Amino acid sequence: MTEQTKLTIKDFTSDQEVRWCPGCGDYAILKCMQRTLPEMGATLENTVFVSGIGCSSRFPYYMNTYGFHTIHGRAPAIATGLKLANPDLDVWVITGDGDGLSIGGNHTMHMLRRNVDLNILLFNNKIYGLTKGQYSPTTEVGHLSPSTPFGSVDPSLNPISFALGSGARFVARTVDTAQKHMPGVFMAAKEFKGASFVEILQNCIVYNDDAWSDITEKKAAPEKQLLLEHGEKMIFGAERNKGIVFDLAEFRLKVVNIGEDGVTEDDILTHDEKNHGMARLLAELGAGDGEPVAMGVLYNSPAETSYEKAVHAQVDYLASGSKRTLKDIVYGGQTWTVE
Amino acid sequence: MSSDIQVLESAVVRFAGDSGDGMQLTGSQFTTSTALSGSDLATFPDFPAEIRAPAGTTFGVSAFQINFGAKKIKTVGDAPDVLVAMNPAALKVNLATLRPGGMIVVDTGSFTKRNLQKAGYDANPLEDGSLEHYQLVELDATKMTVEAVKDFGLGNKEALRCKNMWTLGLMLWMFSRNRAPIIDWLKAKFAKLPDIADANIAALNAGHAFGETAELHSSIKRYTIGATKQEPGIYKTVTGSESLSWGLVAGSQLANLQIVLGSYPITPASPVLHTLSKMKELGVVTFQAEDEIAAICAALGAAYGGALGITSSSGPGIALKTEALGLAISTELPLVVVNVQRGGPSTGMPTKTEQSDLYQAIYGRNGDAPLPVISTRSPADCFEVAIEACRLATKYMTPVILLSDGFIANAAEPWKLPDMDALEPFPAKFVEEIGEDGFNPYKRDEETLARNWAVPGTPGAMHRIGGIEKSYDTGHISYDPANHQKMTDTRAAKVAGIAHDIPLQDVDQGAKSGKLAVVGWGSTYGPISEAVKAARAEGKDVSHIHIRYLNPMPSNMADLLAGFDHILVPEMNTGQLKTVLRDRYLVDATPLNKVSGQPFKITEIQAAINAALGEEG
Repeated sequence: MTEQTKLTIKDFTSDQEVRWCPGCGDYAILKCMQRTLPEMGATLENTVFVSGIGCSSRFPYYMNTYGFHTIHGRAPAIATGLKLANPDLDVWVITGDGDGLSIGGNHTMHMLRRNVDLNILLFNNKIYGLTKGQYSPTTEVGHLSPSTPFGSVDPSLNPISFALGSGARFVARTVDTAQKHMPGVFMAAKEFKGASFVEILQNCIVYNDDAWSDITEKKAAPEKQLLLEHGEKMIFGAERNKGIVFDLAEFRLKVVNIGEDGVTEDDILTHDEKNHGMARLLAELGAGDGEPVAMGVLYNSPAETSYEKAVHAQVDYLASGSKRTLKDIVYGGQTWTVE
Repeated sequence: MSSDIQVLESAVVRFAGDSGDGMQLTGSQFTTSTALSGSDLATFPDFPAEIRAPAGTTFGVSAFQINFGAKKIKTVGDAPDVLVAMNPAALKVNLATLRPGGMIVVDTGSFTKRNLQKAGYDANPLEDGSLEHYQLVELDATKMTVEAVKDFGLGNKEALRCKNMWTLGLMLWMFSRNRAPIIDWLKAKFAKLPDIADANIAALNAGHAFGETAELHSSIKRYTIGATKQEPGIYKTVTGSESLSWGLVAGSQLANLQIVLGSYPITPASPVLHTLSKMKELGVVTFQAEDEIAAICAALGAAYGGALGITSSSGPGIALKTEALGLAISTELPLVVVNVQRGGPSTGMPTKTEQSDLYQAIYGRNGDAPLPVISTRSPADCFEVAIEACRLATKYMTPVILLSDGFIANAAEPWKLPDMDALEPFPAKFVEEIGEDGFNPYKRDEETLARNWAVPGTPGAMHRIGGIEKSYDTGHISYDPANHQKMTDTRAAKVAGIAHDIPLQDVDQGAKSGKLAVVGWGSTYGPISEAVKAARAEGKDVSHIHIRYLNPMPSNMADLLAGFDHILVPEMNTGQLKTVLRDRYLVDATPLNKVSGQPFKITEIQAAINAALGEEG
């Protein structure tokens, strides 16, 4: 093999003009992906981006890899078929809160349940952008939009809880502007053999501007984000003086102040990314007053195999144990000969 | 053998009983023995959608009809000569189909007060004289079965389960069929339960023996039907589901592509999923998806990855797949979509046959979205048609719809096995070398207009495709008005051009021009063929044209149709092919429609032929 020159961000950038609104959070995610793929040792020809419909789903056009911009909500199903045809490909599914959780929620659920070896990035901006601002399944109750002029009345969905409930074995969360945090999450997702689910809190500057700013703004972030690291204490806050403990009486995670009421660092929970129960609790963190939102890898517990590998293992096993051909099957069973 | 055996040219027998009585099994085993004796045959399972409807009710009746003969058999027969009724409900539901004077074999043991009530009889039809115009054979199969198996230590319920084998034994005797293949089959089926195997064999033998002894008092006659003169070759009985599945695998092998089936359970298409799922030893990949949409999307994703994508379903499922079909047309990827049609609209009649999805196949998508549509006419025909669907899909980089129906899927007929080594390969071509100009996914073959196919993993050919309109020249997204016109025209021209790559339309029977052409498609082949044959035997100027390629149609179709004064189009829908023919060829096609969930009877088509010719005066 000839030695390959190291690929760069330029190699992964297609010749197509990017057509998102100026200031859209998608730009940052795109750049991060184009920058991180070479670092992960990805090749142009083995990388495929599969998307559905929506702003985020234009993503594949801007990557100089293989790309399939499919139909609304169906990217997970198409990506599953692609992996069945060629398990060696590096497949990324790009979707949004409407595409992946509303019209395509069923496919997202089953792709995660089957544990197809691919990475799904769900850009969550809590709004339908491309259709001009209707509320989505992740929009909070009371939101005013063209389709809810008097406020939405249906409760919203937590994508991370949905993924865990669907049987996902890798679940992570990051933010569009977190250019230092995001690459590590992408790398961990790619490394994971199975379906890895990443929620990216993404800002829609036109239809839902600042939807995440209370969590993501520079000033607010240290107090509102819990940056998880496997094996590390769940400590956060500008002063690094807050931590997470498990409140057995209420059966939930609780924020405590280190150094107050006799609380020491030893009392703070240590993140164990293999612990499913902890991941379920971390997923919901942030809903209560003063609670931070968990960022990073919440859950990472690989299975022995992935779906498409299991399918092919079965086919290969049966094929290796059989010498029958199609002709044998067609000519098998009860036949008779006419002379 | 007794000298009293009457020789028949053909006979139609209908087995009817409760869903749990094993009538489909009885019928298929009778079929096996008949096929092995060399008679030609056609079968038709007619069963309810309910898996186990309440015992004894009319809606739980399951039937299996076989027409077999020493002549060429093309239909399951208009009216049975013999009705085997295992209970009052089976008699009630099926009596109307029996030919006048036909034979009814009933199990008197099941004609209890309770069963008569459940079937809705006020009086016992065996006693009230209502069956006096039929040849009624009454026997207590229940009692005699229990007697025959009493040494095997079965419970009453298990013993009664052998009743169908007792009845089968009697019918095998009646039509001079061989018991040996069924005994072999029972031994294999119940290899792990020898007592059950022995009990069933004892019941089978007892039924047969009853025939022998009953003959003495001559209430039952015995018949024989000779072998058909068939072309030399190796034959087997095959259902449409089997031969279609095998044809798909053959097609993928001839295309040199991995086959990936995405499917979702639906009546009557599920047997295709089942058959292919059993063929993993040949490298077949099957995927039972979470829904119909995911099924076609996975098949399309596999096609994008370089496989031959297949999806199988029935009308309601095809409706769900429609958007993805549009994507397949726009991205020009090879995909075979099998529609095993059933009664509609909506859920309709899942287990009953119809051919009412022709409009859906040809027209049923948003946008100008043409694709090839081909159809199969019989169980044995499915193999070749499935291969042809694979050929068109890969050669033209297009989704293809293959129309079968519930009748073809479940019916069985003898199939002269093809010479598998003589099948013509059509290997798919992938782009492997990239020229200096780079790679354009929408660069087309000048002759076929098929776009070139580079699969992910190919160095240098990275490209993006999707459902948005693409530039003819570069394959990039384009909203240019003139380009959309050009791409729409090109997609249409590609499909239309297939007309030059398929056989010319032949005339199945009769002259290439004349007074009347009966034009059909799909599973109406048998009854149309028999009706035209009968009419021609009476000296009538009638021809039979049966269309396999529904879109595009063969290039000689316009001239062929123009050569007839009248065109009669029998269809199991309200006139869909009729409309297509009128639209395409401006011909005055006359419809003959039937949407009862049952195949046409020969006499129904004969009557329409007579009417069409009579009008001409």
